[in-house]
Amino acid sequence: MDWSRILVNVAGEIFAPTTAAYALAAIGLNVHFGLTGLLNMGQAGFMLLGAYGFAISTIAGWPLWAAVLVALACAAVFGLLLGIPTLKLRGDYLAIVTIAAAEIVRLIGRSTALTDLTGASSGLRGNSYKDTFQDASPFPDGTFALGPFEYSLNASNSWWIRLVGWGLVALACLLVWLLMRSPWGRVLKGIREDEDAVRSLGKNVYSYKMQSLVLGGVIGAAAGIIYVLPRAVQPDSMGRPMTFFIWTILLLGGAATVFGPVLGSIIFWVSLMLIKSVMREGVPTSIMRTEQIEQFGWIIVGVTLMLLVIFRPQGILGDKKELAIDVR
Amino acid sequence: MSADLPRGHVPPHVPHATTATGKDRVTADLSHVAHTPGVHKPDAIVVADGVTRHFGGMTAVDVGHLEVQRGAITALIGPNGAGKTTLFNLLTGFDKPSTGTWSFEGRSLSGVSAARVARSGMVRTFQLTKALSRMTVIENMRLGAAQQPGENLLTALVPPLWKAREKEITEQAEELLVRFKLDAKRDDFAGSLSGGQRKLLEMARALMSNPTMVMLDEPMAGVNPALTQSLLGHIQALREDGTTVLFVEHDMHMVRHISDWVVVMAEGKIVAEGPPEDVMADQAVIDAYLGAHHDTDLGDDALLEDGIQRLEAEEAGEVTDAFADTGSTTTTQEGTR
Ligand SMILES: Nc1ncnc2c1ncn2[C@@H]1O[C@H](COP(=O)(O)OP(=O)(O)OP(=O)(O)O)[C@@H](O)[C@H]1O
Ligand SMILES: [Mg+2]
Repeated sequence: MDWSRILVNVAGEIFAPTTAAYALAAIGLNVHFGLTGLLNMGQAGFMLLGAYGFAISTIAGWPLWAAVLVALACAAVFGLLLGIPTLKLRGDYLAIVTIAAAEIVRLIGRSTALTDLTGASSGLRGNSYKDTFQDASPFPDGTFALGPFEYSLNASNSWWIRLVGWGLVALACLLVWLLMRSPWGRVLKGIREDEDAVRSLGKNVYSYKMQSLVLGGVIGAAAGIIYVLPRAVQPDSMGRPMTFFIWTILLLGGAATVFGPVLGSIIFWVSLMLIKSVMREGVPTSIMRTEQIEQFGWIIVGVTLMLLVIFRPQGILGDKKELAIDVR
Repeated sequence: MSADLPRGHVPPHVPHATTATGKDRVTADLSHVAHTPGVHKPDAIVVADGVTRHFGGMTAVDVGHLEVQRGAITALIGPNGAGKTTLFNLLTGFDKPSTGTWSFEGRSLSGVSAARVARSGMVRTFQLTKALSRMTVIENMRLGAAQQPGENLLTALVPPLWKAREKEITEQAEELLVRFKLDAKRDDFAGSLSGGQRKLLEMARALMSNPTMVMLDEPMAGVNPALTQSLLGHIQALREDGTTVLFVEHDMHMVRHISDWVVVMAEGKIVAEGPPEDVMADQAVIDAYLGAHHDTDLGDDALLEDGIQRLEAEEAGEVTDAFADTGSTTTTQEGTR
C-alpha cells in the first residue's frame, strides 16, 4: 500500500475547494438552524440556484461581479418566496416546503424545456463559465507545488479557487461570529427557543426569520459558486444527498458554533477520502469493484456519523451544558 | 376585629402597602364607579367592545364591554376555563377574535400583531412560563429591552453603535434581577431554573421595556409565600410609578391585598366588577368559584365556610349547581339564599 500517496490525498482534502464549498453551505445552514431554529431541508437548492445564476449570467457575457450578484440575488429571492408563505406557520412547514422547492429547482434545471439555458440534465460545462473567474486571478499561469501538494495556479481545481473559497469561509465565519455576539443574534436565539416569548417582548419574529432565511440562503448561493467552479453545473449532483451531507457536516461540527461547520466539513471529507483510498488500495477488485468501494465509503461514513451524533449530539465543538438543558 | 364585620371585609393591615400615593389616587378615581359589569371608568387605558372568541361551537370569550382603569391594579378572576387566558391572548394580539374591537390608550389594537402590541407598551406574561431555556438569565433579560439599535442586522455588525445601549440595558437588567432575587442566577441557563424562578424571570423580563401596562397571567403560581410578599410589593411599586397592571390570579388573598379593582369572568362573560371587598362578598362570585372548584380559597375563611355550608345544602338537593347558572346570577342567588 502506498501510504504516502494516500496521506497526501487525504491531507489535500483538508483545504480542497469542495471542502470549502461545503463548509460555506453549512455556515449558511447554521444561520438557519443553529442560530434561528429554522429547518431548511433545501440548502442544496440555494446552492444550485447560485450556481445556475452565476454560470448562466457569465455565459451571457456578464462580468464576474455582476454574475456573482445575480447568483446571490437569485438565492435572496428564493428565500423570500419560500419564507413568505411558511415563516408564519409552524417550523415543520418550512422543512417540507424547502425540500420540495429545492427539488423543483433541480427538476426545472434538468428539464429539456430550458436546454438552451441550463443544458438540461447534462448541465453546463465548467469551461463555459470559468474564464471570468480565472482571469481575475493575480497569479501567472502554470502550476505551483507547496510541499507534496501540486495544483495549477488558475485553471479549474486551482490554488486560486482554494484561496477564494477559504477566504469566503473566513469571511462568513467572521460574519457569524459578529452576529452571534450581537443583539440581532440574541433575538434569533430567542426565536429558536420560543417564538411567542420573543413576540411578547415586541420583536417582529417574522421579519427576523426572513432575514435569517435570506442571509443563510445567500451564503449557500456563494457556496454553490465555489462548488461548481472547479467542475461543472450538474443538477443531479446537487440534489437531496447534498442537503443531507450539509446537515451531517453541521451536526458533526456542532450547530450554533462559529467553527463547527468548518471543522465538520473538513472531518467529513477527510474521513471519506481516507476510507475510500485505503479500501481502493487494500481490497482486491475481485471482492469489491471501485464503484462498490465508492458506495461502501458512504455507508461507513454514514454509520460513523450516526454513532457520533448519538454519542455526541452537540457535535464536536458544541456546548454539552447547553444541550443538557432539556427544553421544557 | 370583631366577628360581626361584613363578609369580605379587608383587614386594615396590608403587608407591604406603600405610601400609596398611586393607590390613593386610584381609589379616589374608582370610588364613584358603579359596581356593575362593563361599567365606564373615569380614565380607561383599555376599552374592549363586543369581543368574542369561539372555538368550534364553544364560546370561550364573550365580553360585551370592558374598561381597565389607567394606573390601577386590576385583577381578573374566574374559575378554570372561564376564558381569562383567552381574553389576554386576544387583547395582546396572540389570538384573533371572532368579533369585537378594543383600544389601548385610545388607539385601536384590533388586528395589530403581538409584537406591535408589545411595542406600544402593553406587555404580557404567560400562564405556562416561556423562559428561553438555552439562554442565560441575563440574556433573557436583555432580550426584553426595547430600543436596542443592535437588533438591526446592519447595525449589529458595528458594535460601537450598540455597546453603549447594551451597557444601559445590562445595568437595568441587573437591578431588576436583584429585585426579583435572581441575581445569583445571572449567568445560569434559564432552563436550569425552578418553575417559580422562571415565573419571576418572565415577569422581570416583561418589565425590561418599561411598559405602560403589564398583563400577568398567574404571576404567583408556584412562587413561595415569602417571595410572594415581596412580589406584591413590586407590583404595588409599579402602580406608584404609574404602570397599569392587569393580572389573572386564583389566590384570593393576593387579589384582595393588592388589587384596586376586580373583574370576574365566568364562562367567557364578565359577571361582576368592583373593589375587592365588594366582589368577594358578591354571591355571584362565590357561586362561580365554589361551583367550579370547591377548595378555592376566597381569601376569607368565613366565605369558605359559608360556601361549604351551601355546598352541603346543594348536595342535599336543595339547590341546583349555581355555577351552571352564572348567566342569570343575581336571580339565582336570591333564590339560593
Ligand atoms: N386553542 C383552543 N382551542 C380550543 N379551545 C380552547 C383553546 N384555548 C382555550 N380553549 C377553551 O376556552 C376556554 C377558556 O380557556 P382559558 O384558557 O381562557 O381559561 P382560563 O380562564 O385561563 O382558565 P385557567 O384559570 O384554568 O387558566 C376553555 O374551556 C378552553 O377549553
Ligand atoms: Mg388561564
